Amino acid sequence: MIYDASIRYRLLKDRLFKISLGVLSCILLMPLLFILYYIFINGITAFSFDFFLELPKPVGEAGGGISNAIVGTLLLIAVASTISIPFGVLIGLYLSENKTGKLPDITRLCIDTLQGIPSIVMGIIAYTWIVIPLGSFSLFSGAFALSLMMIPLISKSTEETLNLIPDALKEAAYALGAPYHTTLLRVIIPSGKSGLCSGILLGVARVSGETAPLLFTAFGNPFMSVDLFKSVNSLPLLIFNYATSPYQDWQNLAWGASLLLVLFVLSLSLIAKVVSKR
Amino acid sequence: MLNLTQKTIRSVELKESLFKKLLVLSGLVVVFLMSGLFLTLFTKSLLSISHSGFSFLTSSTWDPVKETYGALPFLLGTLITSILALLISLPFSAALSIFIGEYLKEGFWTTVLNSSIDLLAGIPSVIFGFWGLFVVVPIIRKIELFLGIIPHGVGILSSSIILALMIIPYSASISREVISLVPQDIKEAALSLGATPFEMVTKVILPYAKSGIFAGFLMSFGRAISETMAVTMLIGNSNKIPSSIFSPANTLSSVIANEFAEAAEAEYLSSLIELALVLFFVTAFFSLVGRFIIKKWMVNA
Repeated sequence: MIYDASIRYRLLKDRLFKISLGVLSCILLMPLLFILYYIFINGITAFSFDFFLELPKPVGEAGGGISNAIVGTLLLIAVASTISIPFGVLIGLYLSENKTGKLPDITRLCIDTLQGIPSIVMGIIAYTWIVIPLGSFSLFSGAFALSLMMIPLISKSTEETLNLIPDALKEAAYALGAPYHTTLLRVIIPSGKSGLCSGILLGVARVSGETAPLLFTAFGNPFMSVDLFKSVNSLPLLIFNYATSPYQDWQNLAWGASLLLVLFVLSLSLIAKVVSKR
Repeated sequence: MLNLTQKTIRSVELKESLFKKLLVLSGLVVVFLMSGLFLTLFTKSLLSISHSGFSFLTSSTWDPVKETYGALPFLLGTLITSILALLISLPFSAALSIFIGEYLKEGFWTTVLNSSIDLLAGIPSVIFGFWGLFVVVPIIRKIELFLGIIPHGVGILSSSIILALMIIPYSASISREVISLVPQDIKEAALSLGATPFEMVTKVILPYAKSGIFAGFLMSFGRAISETMAVTMLIGNSNKIPSSIFSPANTLSSVIANEFAEAAEAEYLSSLIELALVLFFVTAFFSLVGRFIIKKWMVNA
């Protein structure tokens, strides 16, 4: 009888624990679903042809769009990727080829530190290194700040992917008389292709929502600009500026931009997932 | 004929050694980049360091007009918002990681929870801030009216709530990974001795995974400190030392975001860069210590 009571008590505790875990997890789901719902409901009303094709209009005039921010975001991502993808992949290759040693260890430490640096500090660095010498805010400086954030992400995912590739592949290539660079570029990298691509896509997804590094670099621009050395608008910057403005029209544009940005980021991570499963 | 072969071999060898050098060079560039980054922050803060000295960290007045720069309110603001965010997120991320790691290993609800965590992690910071302004701030304002405090709406509590939502996916995914690394045989041993799953979690898994989970919290804390945009939009931008969790404040990163573009005087700019230097040290400390503990733990596990 005594045994029964104590066992029942323990089982009850177990049950309560499981229920409370489930309840806490569900409570967590609610704000998430609510955020997505809220962005969708407010954003979808802003979508129209003008929204994608027009420039923002001055306060008081109805309509207007965010075409300059869409183009700006795509350009920033393109330039940042051009800088960081080759570089990040090379570093990843270097680290996976040299698992021990002084320089690789220091490089690894630097990559870890770089990854932990707040994005706003990257903005300050790009400001002092590029904006001050060139004398103006520019697309290039913004893209540079973003690429500083992408490099550690890409090199880490590259290193992790390449570490999983069996040595037998490399040995087979050597046995056939393939030189070192051919082995790496034609055998190792192609066999890690899907992992590399998903890492790069996740890196792009991660930085495309970044606002802080762009505040003093890309700066924002009410007009359409595709010049590498002029300031440029981007979706996150536009959301920040319009969200904190007191005008209803601008806030609506910001909701539309938010929905667009969330869809963009989520589809990138979805593609990354599909690619990595292959 | 022989000559030609030797030539090809030599050119291949040249290419090989060039490629190896290129790889080493890429590693070196990272080291230079990192040291350059640090040196830039340091040299640009020198002016402020000589101007304010040690009182930069202890003085509570930040008044660019009078050229007094004391960062204490921002240090406190950063600490309070991050600690509060960590406390709010703690039960949720712990529950989530145990729930997914131990109870629901597969099935429909696991997929739902896992993809929700991924979704939450994918929403940009500025959108969290935007949503917070329109949803969380009005709720906090009502609470403040109810409690009879000045209804700012924006402030430490609002930013901590949003910050908590933002770090939950991060800390939950670290602890989930740590929990999944606990060896299966000790779990099975506990169950075969008649322990309930609850006893197995509290008496076997948690003690075993303790330092890994702790490292996860350190890293999440670093994440919370470095977060900029959402906090900038919700903290209320007050340069005074916060008196309660409802009062508006400023964090290291939000001051930089708000004031950097308008800082014209050299000392003002340099003081803001010194804030960035402090931020750099604090976040680097937390993320490196966290990583170190977790790496050590994984080797032992």
